[in-house]
This record gives sequence, structure tokens and C-alpha cells, in this order.
Amino acid sequence: MGQAQEQKTILQGWGRLTADPHRVVPVPRDGAAFPAEKIFACANGRSYGDAGLNPAALALDARGLDRFLSFDPESGVLWAEAGVLLGTIQRNLLPQGWVLPVTPGTQFVTLGGAVANDVHGKNHGQAGSFGCHVTRLDLWRSDAGVVTCSAQENPELFAATIGGMGLTGIILRVGVALRRVDSGWMATETVPFSGLPAFFNIARSREPLWEYGVGWLDCTRADAPEGVYFSANHSQPGAPVSSSPVTAPAARLSVPFALPVSAVNPLTLRLFNSVYLAAQKRKAGAGVTDMWRYFYPLDAVANWNRLYGRRGFYQYQSVIPWQGAEAATAEMLAAIAGARQGSFLMVLKLLGDRAGPGMMGFAMPGVTLAMDFPNRGDATERLFQKLDTIVLAAGGRLYPAKDARMPAGMFRRGYPRLDEFLKWRDPSISTAMSCRLMGW
Amino acid sequence: MGGTSGIAEACARLWAERGGADFALLGRSSEGLAAIAADLRVRDPAAQVDVVTADLADPETVDATASRFADAGVVLIAFGALPGQAGLQADTRALAESLHLNAVAPVLWAEAFARAAGNRTCRIAVIGSVAGDRGRKTNYAYGAAKSLLATYVEGMQHRFPAGPVIPVIVKPGPTATAMTRHLPPAKLAPVAEVAALVVAGIEKGSPVIYAPAKWRIIMAVLRHMPRFVFNRLDI
Ligand SMILES: Cc1cc2nc3c(=O)[nH]c(=O)nc-3n(C[C@H](O)[C@H](O)[C@H](O)COP(=O)(O)OP(=O)(O)OC[C@H]3O[C@@H](n4cnc5c(N)ncnc54)[C@H](O)[C@@H]3O)c2cc1C
Ligand SMILES: NC(=O)c1ccc[n+]([C@@H]2O[C@H](COP(=O)([O-])OP(=O)(O)OC[C@H]3O[C@@H](n4cnc5c(N)ncnc54)[C@H](OP(=O)(O)O)[C@@H]3O)[C@@H](O)[C@H]2O)c1
Repeated sequence: MGQAQEQKTILQGWGRLTADPHRVVPVPRDGAAFPAEKIFACANGRSYGDAGLNPAALALDARGLDRFLSFDPESGVLWAEAGVLLGTIQRNLLPQGWVLPVTPGTQFVTLGGAVANDVHGKNHGQAGSFGCHVTRLDLWRSDAGVVTCSAQENPELFAATIGGMGLTGIILRVGVALRRVDSGWMATETVPFSGLPAFFNIARSREPLWEYGVGWLDCTRADAPEGVYFSANHSQPGAPVSSSPVTAPAARLSVPFALPVSAVNPLTLRLFNSVYLAAQKRKAGAGVTDMWRYFYPLDAVANWNRLYGRRGFYQYQSVIPWQGAEAATAEMLAAIAGARQGSFLMVLKLLGDRAGPGMMGFAMPGVTLAMDFPNRGDATERLFQKLDTIVLAAGGRLYPAKDARMPAGMFRRGYPRLDEFLKWRDPSISTAMSCRLMGW
Repeated sequence: MGGTSGIAEACARLWAERGGADFALLGRSSEGLAAIAADLRVRDPAAQVDVVTADLADPETVDATASRFADAGVVLIAFGALPGQAGLQADTRALAESLHLNAVAPVLWAEAFARAAGNRTCRIAVIGSVAGDRGRKTNYAYGAAKSLLATYVEGMQHRFPAGPVIPVIVKPGPTATAMTRHLPPAKLAPVAEVAALVVAGIEKGSPVIYAPAKWRIIMAVLRHMPRFVFNRLDI
């Protein structure tokens, strides 16, 4: 049995920038002895960079912790093990009239991962981040065993763990308050726009009427970026739950293996972006779709991250506070177009002022911009340094869940509660990201 | 039967997600069964989930328990243990216990449920293994027990060509569960994938379910390989 520890498994972030062998063992279910070495938790690998990696430590895979523990249909509070996938929650609870109040853009994320990065969805203005709905956590620490924390019990540890990048202990169990819905249908509105000012106008004007909103932008042409804004609401009473699809459609396409070189280059980009946007514009206006297609459009293509070839890709996601958001975003788009390193589509979302409970949460009131770049080595890094300068000058920060390269200084400036957070780190846990950003 | 088995749990999840099923989980660990029952109740709040602690290897408990659940539409006999072959070769008592658990006990349950079913339709699925298709030096005590299950179920299929009992033998390849925790993960099939084939096969009444399906071909090749070639393989 001891030999399990000797076997090595390649662990990669979603961006596939590294492929290092790791020793991986499952997180034990029952009160086993905490491993007497440096460890870290890994889950479903949907963080893009090195948040869930560390070849120098033992990886504890949380995905085996995949049981529901209880659901209270009065309060809507779900109590589940940390390895349960968000998609499993949606699929099982939707038929009972409940869904997650906040969901990221893929359903293949675990509860533990959603807490560790305090993820946000397309409804941040109304619902805040995932952490706003977490009622309780059971945390396994090297120095204290299993510790329960919530807003009442061990509140600092609770605040440190939400958005704590898995560094405050292994999350074993998560309580989360679900929200009621009448069905899985979404009422939608699709609005094409050109130019950034138009994006800001549309996004702001839709906020009071539509719970969800996201803008997709093609900026292969910096002078006149074209885009589409997708708003949605859970559909109004009338359509019964049973009439809507309760499972996600199986992935319709799959990229079976990594291409030797990136299929994403200026030519394919321009082609893809214009075809995609043209298709969306044809759907302009009011519509109805199911929540799987609205929340998780990228899940329709399994392993799409392999499109970027063997060298992998970066995602760069920033948030810029309101003041100066428009100007800084325009500057970033110009820098990207100037470097001719465009990304498939850029995603722009407004984040609202509902503060999350986490010390290290990424979301803050402002606008968040996310975009993918094939890894072209130094050229890509030079562009990122330009973008960093713009983000910092505007008082913004980068999202660790997506990051593989931000300088430690930029992290420190973006996350003012870092020193307070460090006190709650588990001395036995470190990741490649924590070594890079915090020194250990 | 063996409600805490990783394969059985994954099957139960699929049945619960589909809805309309009640469950009785039998096994030796009440705590282990209770955790799975709680999970199933969240997946389908309408399901009645009973937990029954029993020594599945004890012939004395078989008949009464089978009569108690005589109205079961599906019986999944999943318990079993993968022993180290070398240890059994050196220990007669352990060998006897292992053969009892993996071969004798499951067929006692299958036979008792077939009897209890009477005229009611009852699908009885017994989990064998690809290891039962040909004896190998590294696990023939386990393999021989699994081949007994296959032959027993085959006999039941001959006896019930058109119901009401629908006997099914399931032959998983290496699957990621507690049983295979010591094996390299890359060589194991995800348990959810195996369970999906098991559930679909039981529904169709497939006499022999290989899961994943590729094992049907691999085992056909291995079974037909001449002995002088097979005996040189280090498997
Ligand atoms: C297509 C796509 C779309 C996305 N969209 C969004 C979005 O809209 N909004 C958003 O906020 N994010 C988004 N993300 C990012 C994603 O939600 C986060 O990276 C999330 O944390 C991934 O969870 P995971 O289960 O894959 O965990 P991993 O990526 O494997 O791990 C993430 C971190 O969580 C820690 N961790 C995981 N489980 C535990 C545990 N049990 N105990 C302690 N620590 C643990 C790890 O140590 C690591 O630091 C998206 C990602 C993809 C690929
Ligand atoms: N996993 C594979 O690769 C694989 C391949 C081919 C066939 N199979 C067969 O599939 C079936 C299910 O196995 P699994 O993979 O789901 O393994 P598992 O998760 O380890 O389950 C084994 C089950 O057998 C029970 N059990 C073990 N020893 C027992 C004993 N002495 N008395 C009573 N119950 C006992 C266990 O109960 P406790 O929880 O109480 O221990 C558990 O319910 C088994 O028949 C196995 O041989 C498995």
C-alpha cells in the first residue's frame, strides 16, 4: 500500500504551461493523521496557473470527497464534501427547485476550489462572490486537526479561508445556501455593441433589470472593438421545473490531444471572432435558453485548452475599480492590439459593491477583464508587464485563480490584507503559487 | 449487497439521480452505509433509503434477509475483496475465507433472491471480474472465485431464459475504488464510467457486462491465446 505514494502523476493547471510529476494521494475521509511533510490540496485543475500545483510537496486530491451530507429544503442550505463538483449540485438540486446562487463559467469546479478562490459569476452585482453564500466550513489543519469555522465560530479563520488559495488548511466540508428557482430556463437579452463606451452604457443600464450580465469583445481591431452583451434572468414563474433540461448537454465537441503549435494565431483569431460575433448578432434581442448554455458555454467543447498547443496559454484577468475603469480598459485593449497578441474573445463583466467575507477575495467594485494569450515566451511576458503597469496605476489587481506569472510586488499591492492573512496560513501547506507570491 | 462498494455507490447515485427508486443498502459498516444513504437522500429526497447491517458472508442471514427484500426490482451483489495472491498461497485458512467471501457468499445471495422473487421480475446482477476470464499467477485465488460467479450466473440464465429472474454477470476491468487504491491511477477506469455501463446493462438485461467495454475484446484475445504463449506473459 505504501507504494501509492511513490507513483507520480502529471498535474497541470488549465493553461497547461507546466507538466511536472507530483506525488498524489486522496484526502482521507476520516480523521487520519495529518501527513508529516509539506502538502497542498489539488482538486479539478480549473485554475489556470500554479495555484493547485507544487512538485516539491505531496498533493492531496480532494475530488474523492464527493458526497452530499444533507440538504435542508426549508433554509436551502446544502452541506457537502469539498470535492463535489458545482455541476453535480446543479444537476441534482435543480429538479428540487434550487441552484447555486453564484457560479463560475464552468461547472467542472469543486466546492473546495470555489471557496479557495472565492469565485464570482455573472451576477456579482446582486449576489456578490461565492463566499457570500458559504455558511460553514470544516477545515483540516496540520496544527489543530479538524476545525469548524463560520461567521460566528472562528470568524477570522473563516475569512482567511474564503479566497485563501487553499493555504489555511484542507477544506473537508462546505455549507452553502442555495437559491430557489422556478425552472432551469433563463430569459435572455443579446445586444451587439461597438466600442468600449457602448459596453459600459449597456452594462450599466442592464444592471437594474437583469441579474446576470457578461460582455464578449473582439479586439483584434483596437480602433473599433466589436462585442455582444448577454443579460439573463432566471425565468419567471410559469414554466415548471420539469420542463427544463436538468442536465448539461454532453460536450458536443472535444479536442482529443494537444496540437503541436497553437491554433490560435492572428489569422484564426480574426476569423473565429468575426464568425462567432456574427452568429451571436443574428440572435440579437430577447430569447430563452437553459442555464447550462447560459452559464457554461465553454463546457460544450471538452478540453478546449488543448487548442493552444504544447506551450500552453495564459489567462490574464484583472479588476479595475470604477474610477478610471473605462480609461484603463481602453489602454489595455490598445496595448494588446499594439502587441498583436489578441485573444479569442475577451470577457468583460461589472463587479458590484457587495463585499465578500474573504480577506483575499479577488472581486471588488469595478470592471473585470479576462483574456487568453498563447504562450509566446518573452513577447507575452513583455505585454503582461505593460498591462500590469496599467492595472496598478488604476488601483486594480489580478486574479490568482488565473495567474501563473504576476510579480510578488504586484500581488502585495493588490491585496492589502495580505499580512493579516499570512497569520492564518497552515505551516504545512504551500503551493508553487504561494512560493512565488509569498515566499513559501 | 455491499452497499459501501465504490462501484455500487456510483450505481446507486445514477439510480437516485434518475428518480423513482427506493434503496436498501446492506453491508457490515453501519457508519459507512449511513453516509452513502445521506448522499442518496439529497440526490433524491423522495427515495426511501434503508440501511441494514449484516454479515454478508454468514449463510445464516441470507434467507431471512432475501425474503425481507423479496420485492426488490434490482439486486446488485457487489461485495468482495482483492487479496494478495502470495499471502493466500501461504495461508490455508485465509484462502478458504477469501474463496468463501468472493465465490460462495455471493451465489448464496443470488440464489436466495431468485427464490424469494417468485413470479416477480427481479434483475440480479453479480459483480464478477475480468480476472475470472483466465487464471493468472498474480491473482488466481480471486480470479477463480470470480469465474465461479460467472458460471453460476450463466446457469441461472439458462434456467430463466425469459424471466422472471434476469441474472446478469458484471465484469469490470481495473476501476478506481478503495479496492485499487494501491494501483497507479492512470491504469484505472473512473468509477462513474463503469457504473454507467453497469446501470445501462442491468436495465437492458445484458447477460454479460464488460466495463469499460474494451475488456470484452481484450479478454477474448487473452482467453484464446495458446497456453505456451500465455504462460510467458508476465501479467
Ligand atoms: C473555463 C473556465 C471558466 C472559469 N470561469 C470563472 C468565473 O467565471 N469566475 C471565477 O471566479 N473563476 C472562474 N474560473 C476559475 C475557477 O473557478 C477556479 O480556478 C476554481 O478555483 C477552480 O476549482 P478547482 O476545483 O478546479 O480547483 P483547483 O484549480 O484544482 O484548485 C484551486 C485552488 O483551490 C485549492 N483547493 C481546491 N480544493 C481544496 C480543498 N478541498 N481544500 C483546500 N484547498 C483546496 C487548491 O489548493 C488551489 O489553490 C474558470 C475556470 C475555467 C477553466
Ligand atoms: N475495483 C476494481 O478494479 C474491480 C475490478 C473487477 C471487479 N471488482 C469487483 O467489484 C465489486 C465491488 O468492488 P469495489 O471496486 O467497489 O471495491 P470496494 O469499494 O473496496 O468495495 C468492496 C465491498 O466489499 C465489502 N467487503 C469487503 N470485504 C468484506 C468482508 N470480509 N465482509 C463483508 N463485506 C466485505 C466492502 O465492505 P466494507 O466497506 O465494509 O469494507 C465493500 O462494500 C467487488 O466484487 C470486486 O471484486 C472490482
